[in-house]
Amino acid sequence: MTSLDAATARAAEIVIEDGLLGNPVPLWKQTWKRLLRKRSAQVGMIFIGFMILVAIFAPIIAPYDPNQVLIGVEDIKRREAPCVHLLGCDVAKPQHIMGIDGNARDVFSRLVYGSRISLMIGVITVSAALVMGVFLGAIAGFFGGWLDNLIMRVMDVILGFPSLLLAIAIVAVLGPGIVNALLAISVVSVPGYARVTRASVLSVKSQDFVSASRVLGASKWRILFTRVLPNALTPIVVLATMGIAGGILEAAGLSFLGLGAQPPMAEWGTMLGSEKDQIFSSPHLVFFPGIAIVITVLGFNLLGDGLRDALDPRLNA
Amino acid sequence: MLGYAIKRLLSAIPVLFGILVVTFSLARLIPGDPCKAMLGDKVSEATCAEFARNFGLDQPIWVQFFYYLRDVAQGNFGNSIRFSRPVSQIIIERLPMTIELAFLALIVATICGIAIGIFAARRHNTAGDVGTMAIANVGIAMPVFWLGLMMAYVFGVALKGTPLWLPPSGRLTAGLVSVPFYDVWGWQMAKGTFGAQFAEFISNFYIFNALITFNWAVFNDAIRHMILPALTVATIPMAVIARMTRSSLLDVLGRDYVRTARAKGVPDNKVVQRHALGNAMLPVVTILGLQMGALLSGAVLTETVFGLAGVGRMLVEAIFARDYPIVQGFTVLIATIYVVVNLIVDLSYTYLDPRVRPQ
Repeated sequence: MTSLDAATARAAEIVIEDGLLGNPVPLWKQTWKRLLRKRSAQVGMIFIGFMILVAIFAPIIAPYDPNQVLIGVEDIKRREAPCVHLLGCDVAKPQHIMGIDGNARDVFSRLVYGSRISLMIGVITVSAALVMGVFLGAIAGFFGGWLDNLIMRVMDVILGFPSLLLAIAIVAVLGPGIVNALLAISVVSVPGYARVTRASVLSVKSQDFVSASRVLGASKWRILFTRVLPNALTPIVVLATMGIAGGILEAAGLSFLGLGAQPPMAEWGTMLGSEKDQIFSSPHLVFFPGIAIVITVLGFNLLGDGLRDALDPRLNA
Repeated sequence: MLGYAIKRLLSAIPVLFGILVVTFSLARLIPGDPCKAMLGDKVSEATCAEFARNFGLDQPIWVQFFYYLRDVAQGNFGNSIRFSRPVSQIIIERLPMTIELAFLALIVATICGIAIGIFAARRHNTAGDVGTMAIANVGIAMPVFWLGLMMAYVFGVALKGTPLWLPPSGRLTAGLVSVPFYDVWGWQMAKGTFGAQFAEFISNFYIFNALITFNWAVFNDAIRHMILPALTVATIPMAVIARMTRSSLLDVLGRDYVRTARAKGVPDNKVVQRHALGNAMLPVVTILGLQMGALLSGAVLTETVFGLAGVGRMLVEAIFARDYPIVQGFTVLIATIYVVVNLIVDLSYTYLDPRVRPQ
């Protein structure tokens, strides 16, 4: 009982706070406020913010050029273990806090620059999939009929494959490389967006304000883009946030198999893949890139979780 | 019920057909001449003409597709270029290992995932709940190949010499051989018949084969080799299942009938077991089906990490070797397994939940 009372009080508080009793507050502002109250969203934003800062200030943070081979430059060996002066490493030796990789490069610098690539991979794959998926889902849901059938059956076929497998098959045809890997990951994630968009469009398009628009003589495309789509965006935003995490993971997987980013690109999956056989002798080469992936992916997952809760007021009670 | 089952079965046909169209087109979309792609750049005109005739490449595209459908229906995926052997034979050798891995991972993920979910839900909002869910969140965010490498290091190297040591690669310790059950039992089978191929397929499930031939040395060894890969593949689905079980159970525990049960004095354990758990499992079953994709993808990546000769590793090797018949055959195979498993999950869902059972 008490939890119910508390929930009602919370709900009332949110309504008052968000100003619904006074001036209307835009949905996004309400969402933002609720989002800031979510513990998972807070942690997620901290992780993401950290990674974005690392990516922006990479040239300042990284002590070395990510592709610089240090043999002959410094007195180091290939795959040398981390040397941190604060932790008792000989001060005479050059400091490499995450060690040296198989090509005698500084792992920490590569990791720092890798954040740029991974964030870009996440954003690019999601944007591409989002544009294609939302467009296809919107016209399928809005126009219905044979067009709907055709689009959704094609989406069913794509969903018929485990996503990584289809991505592998596409890369097999196009040839290994980061661009082809991005394309493959975008294609396999289109159906998710298409399905969600179609469902929201279906639920929105029968509402009164859409009919009102139609009665006023707005064209179909105008109704779709200015009336229906903006009101169907909520679940898509959640999916896209999670999608960034998924895209980064899948791209890392493809790169790990050697099908994505190619050496010497400082991509985390590639760094892992090219040193995977050294796991027993130099585990640090595998450990750190994995941690970087976990932090980034976890950040977007948590933010997505928080967004979902914040955008769905029913769950807030 | 039967009507729905038939309808659902029929709905899988266009998807399977689409999968065949996609894999057929993938092979045709390979840039360049298929003849040169398969036989090398220095091949002569005449050889290429013969190659085209042999593979029906001089026919119109729809005829080629028809041939392809016919071949797949007969289980004929062509010959591997690299090994000059039928792809179907390679499937017989490689698939059992992947199924073994995915199956063990599924068992681990389901049992542990549900147990963890129940644990967290019953301690809702306590440190135990928050802690396990934080770990589950990290579990979902981990790249499966990284987890595999880390486990291989911890259990294979760091714990070397302790009883916790586990073999970090391979299927059996060198020196041990899995003897097929038909050899143990002295069966005589004509080579190449369906029966013989099926027997070989079954015997390649090392754990099962060792079990039915009472070869405990191989059985133990095969299990020990499977522990790390299975745990690796299981982690992500396990975390997903744990989260789903928790939220679903929390939802059910808040229902009126649970409160009624509590009010009439049913002990807490009984409330969860008798009243809540059954109803909380439905969304978990749905998630289970969706996780099959993660299991199969995980198997592909994990085989590479642990040096296991399954379909996933073969597929990746084939891509680099430009062995397109294998790529094509294995893609069709894995996608078909995926569709069939999802079909089974869907049907079991209707069986479990009377509400979605159509009247």
